[in-house]
Amino acid sequence: MSTVLEAKHINKYFKKPVLFHVLKDVNFKINKGEFTSIMGKSGCGKSTLLYILSTMDTDYEGELYLNNELVTGDSREKLSYIRNKHIGFVFQFHYLLSEFSVLENVMLPAQKLGEKSFMEIEHDAIQKLKILEIEQLAKKKASQISGGEKQRVAIARALINNPSIIMGDEPTGNLDSYNSDNVFNIFRQLSDEQGLSLLVVTHDVDFANNTDRIIQMEDGSIVT
Amino acid sequence: MINWKVILNIAKTHLLTKIKQTSTAALGVTFGIGAYITLVSFMTGLNEMLDDLILNQTPHIHIYNEIEPSEKQPIALYDEFKNTFNVVHSVKPKLTQKKIHNALPIINYLKEDNKVRGALPQIKATIFYIAGSIEIGGYLTGINVLDEAKFFNFQDYITEGSPESLHNTDNSILLGSGIAKKMSLSVGDRIQISTITGEIFPLKIVGFYQSGIADIDAIQSFANIKTVQRIIGEAENYITDINVKLHDIDDALPLSKKIEKQFNLKAIDINTANAQFETGTTIRNLITYAVSITLLIVAGFGIYNILNMLIYEKMNDIAILKATGFSGTDVQMIFMSQAVIIGLVGGIFGLFIGLILSHIIDRIPFATEALPTIETYPVNFNPWFYLIGITFAMISTFFAGYLPSQKAKKIDPVKIIRGQ
Repeated sequence: MSTVLEAKHINKYFKKPVLFHVLKDVNFKINKGEFTSIMGKSGCGKSTLLYILSTMDTDYEGELYLNNELVTGDSREKLSYIRNKHIGFVFQFHYLLSEFSVLENVMLPAQKLGEKSFMEIEHDAIQKLKILEIEQLAKKKASQISGGEKQRVAIARALINNPSIIMGDEPTGNLDSYNSDNVFNIFRQLSDEQGLSLLVVTHDVDFANNTDRIIQMEDGSIVT
Repeated sequence: MINWKVILNIAKTHLLTKIKQTSTAALGVTFGIGAYITLVSFMTGLNEMLDDLILNQTPHIHIYNEIEPSEKQPIALYDEFKNTFNVVHSVKPKLTQKKIHNALPIINYLKEDNKVRGALPQIKATIFYIAGSIEIGGYLTGINVLDEAKFFNFQDYITEGSPESLHNTDNSILLGSGIAKKMSLSVGDRIQISTITGEIFPLKIVGFYQSGIADIDAIQSFANIKTVQRIIGEAENYITDINVKLHDIDDALPLSKKIEKQFNLKAIDINTANAQFETGTTIRNLITYAVSITLLIVAGFGIYNILNMLIYEKMNDIAILKATGFSGTDVQMIFMSQAVIIGLVGGIFGLFIGLILSHIIDRIPFATEALPTIETYPVNFNPWFYLIGITFAMISTFFAGYLPSQKAKKIDPVKIIRGQ
């Protein structure tokens, strides 16, 4: 089985307010098609790890491989491109661009990538919205839909460039149990049916128990 | 690689959803540019009018015979006193004739020079205007009136009558308006003048001359050259002054020097005669530009402020754009293009406002004694001002947008996303 993401000897320090060793020699691999969750108490460094894995945080020691290519030390422009093409993001807060319509929000990353024509991107976006069963919202403004719907739009946006991996930072943390289940089922389905790799940071034990693999973290190290 | 279509689409959406702030920022630019165009058009219009006032009336080179003492006093010719220190008391001006020797050939010679547009002869004569037993001193200048009208806009200073009527009527006079008022004369009346030698001539008044300077209008009148020659009893080659108009005013100084040397006459160029008029023009331009630049800088700060606020509001958007693969440069370009769009739209509206205001000013009545032919305020519609205006708008908004957008470029998405 091929590896999507691999972290080797990741160390990170917070320098302010005092020097603090957040991540201590973190090593792990995520295989293609695996649905992985990271669990741990608040402050154990799981979100910090996720942002390093997402390439947004470049201030760390160690090596990070995406699709077996070293990304550590790449230029910011290159990293932006990698995020655009290979990584999909879902946050705890929905983070849609509120002035744009749902469809435009989903289309933006693909337009940035610029590999397809406008018509193709629009078609893809509607496909993704259909998978998430929210195609009827396409023309609505992002600010006019409910929280659960927003999170689904965010997932559609994460999917638009057919990324190698989807990362989530407590994607269900701000949702009620009905919408949480809904979002989880979507992830589960994407993993089972489309073989998508997923890496999700969560507090929710039920959520984690239903994933393929749980990475347990404690005080900046991986326990299991 | 920057995908401009996407960037501009985001910029457009930001601007349109914040239309109130956008239009406030654009209005700042509009106001600045509009004021600049209006000011600069009006100011340079006035400048040009005042310059023309001097340049049109004044010959570029004025040639005459100066009455002055000889540079070389006779004692200098004696060899015996060569090495001594000589003091000459009661130096008198050299006795010369007032007329320019060989004036007509000189005029012909000047006319052949391709730098010269025209060389006009004049005769200056001192006379008395006679009203019953009262004699009023004054000057009568003999001119070639049609040429004067052609080269020096003489007709602008004729309030009644025309250059043609002077040219066509024998023994006619264009009377200074001050004298006409003093003597209660009107066009068609006759006036008697006497020369210094006492001969009396009746002349027919065909029009009035008004320069706008009361002291001149109270003494100065004009007649044809031949009429004046007849009055003072001189031959047809009697010419006291030659006024030269050039194609390029910058030739005035070298040419005047050359004439002085070649003909042994006095030749004064316009810049020496009117050294102060350039100063006024420069200072008025300076004020115009200082005010305009201040206005545009204020407008620039408005844009800076609004973009700064917009970036604070859009922190989350910026973070998400960066998280989904937009680079810092992309984000910077989004905000830069907003600033540039505000500048362009505001600037173009400003040009229109400026154009409209200039047209309004151009229609405001403006009557002045000094310029009988001017009826409204002078405005200069030079397309260059519009080009400078829009360029300035673009430059100032570019800088106003650069600083905030630089900040947006540097925003760390992790901080924003984790900060929630």
